Amino acid sequence: MAHHVIRMPCDEAAVRALRVGDTVTLEDWLFGIRDATQIAMFDHGREIRLDLRGHAVVHTAPNVKRVPPSPAAPAGYAPLCVGTTTSMRMERFTEPLLREHGVRLIIGKGGLGPASAEAFRHHGGAYLAVVGGAAALETTWITAIADVDLDDLHPESLWKFRIKGFGPLLVGMDSHGGSLYAAVAERVADRRAAALAALGAVE
Amino acid sequence: MQLDLAEIEEIAKLLYIRALKLLPDDVKEGLVRLQRAETDATARRVLATMAENIAVAERDDNLLCQDTGIPIYNVTIGRGVAFDGADLKAALRRGCERATREHPLRSSVVHPITRRNEHTSCGIRVPVLHIDFDDRPETVEIEMIPKGSGSENGSFLRMLVPADGIAAVKRFVIDRVIEAGGKVCPPTIVGVGIGGTSDLCMHLAKIAATRRLGSACADPDGAKLEAELSAAVNMLGIGPQGLGGDATAFAVHVEIAATHITMNPVAVNIQCHSARRARATITPGGVEFGF
Repeated sequence: MAHHVIRMPCDEAAVRALRVGDTVTLEDWLFGIRDATQIAMFDHGREIRLDLRGHAVVHTAPNVKRVPPSPAAPAGYAPLCVGTTTSMRMERFTEPLLREHGVRLIIGKGGLGPASAEAFRHHGGAYLAVVGGAAALETTWITAIADVDLDDLHPESLWKFRIKGFGPLLVGMDSHGGSLYAAVAERVADRRAAALAALGAVE
Repeated sequence: MQLDLAEIEEIAKLLYIRALKLLPDDVKEGLVRLQRAETDATARRVLATMAENIAVAERDDNLLCQDTGIPIYNVTIGRGVAFDGADLKAALRRGCERATREHPLRSSVVHPITRRNEHTSCGIRVPVLHIDFDDRPETVEIEMIPKGSGSENGSFLRMLVPADGIAAVKRFVIDRVIEAGGKVCPPTIVGVGIGGTSDLCMHLAKIAATRRLGSACADPDGAKLEAELSAAVNMLGIGPQGLGGDATAFAVHVEIAATHITMNPVAVNIQCHSARRARATITPGGVEFGF
């Protein structure tokens, strides 16, 4: 189980080197994206001004505070609490994010499904698990909000964060078909019978 | 005792912010218990990160989780309390709006059809208000629950029939916990409602999911069932964040209500590991904040 430090944006080789169970810390840049952001992009054809090529996106809608624009807060926002939401709702957006926008890494919680696993394999991407609900800690890894797009969708805007030491994150799905979530689901299915037997509730 | 509605508004505001920042003692102790018992290496790391996050939130006076949830206020009014009901509801709503604007908090509440966000954490019938009465003299208790969506999306209702028996109720709980997997931010509190009408059944599940850890169902058969289900759920190996491990749930809580001779309803409502709630108790002596 290797640990990788990846400066963003990164190339395909950096992502292909990741294996399920490895840990990753990201540096420099990270984008925030969410349900409404991706519905706007992929269902309503909204153009985005920010270039996601080679970047990582985190499934988030942050708590922010409006501040006067300054070198420390160029977008006029300061981060208050930035965490991660459940990824599975956005499963159908993984493939177009990778294919159309060249996204390399998706950070989320709870995992993604088989269609995402195939997209990661085909395009060279990976899913990095952050601990959901640990947003106070995650916020300490974000140094500034560098830019924001589609802000009419606030808080589900497209956010560009400046980051420092974002991690450690766990590689939950890699570009070789590996998925920690699929492996756990298989084990859980095997244990279901024992749980039902203990309850006297076998079918 | 005459309720001071300006004070109620202020309390409603403080409770929302307090609930988002301070995890109740019973949940923190529950996390320590799970950490001690956990045997999986990844799961131990995940639980340690959760514990670290609680400390960072307290140190930085920050929110535990970015999800400000759907705000719920449960108000219990004792005997000998004078108030105007419509004004009380308006005061709670204003407090909720002010917390959102003044802190500020992310408003997580939208119109269900247009998806428009008013940026007040309020909307049609939200905040959710439950007003009930009890015997305590000159006492008003307000419980605030910011119910996070990751776990709220893990809500399920099934109108089973009597011939399905209690075995089907148990299978339903196990299968919904498996279905929810890591999406609901385990370790969780699994709330189970049994009986009632369909809406009451789901409400019971919410009461169960937000009940204090260590508390038991008042009905002895319900208490026995929740102990059995707690053990069974933690045999599944879903683990913290669904990444595998022993700690799938802090507990399964069961709440029950009488039901119809033809019915056997069961509901599941899940609370994530950031099982947030805050409480204020108002008496003629003043206001006391707790969990």
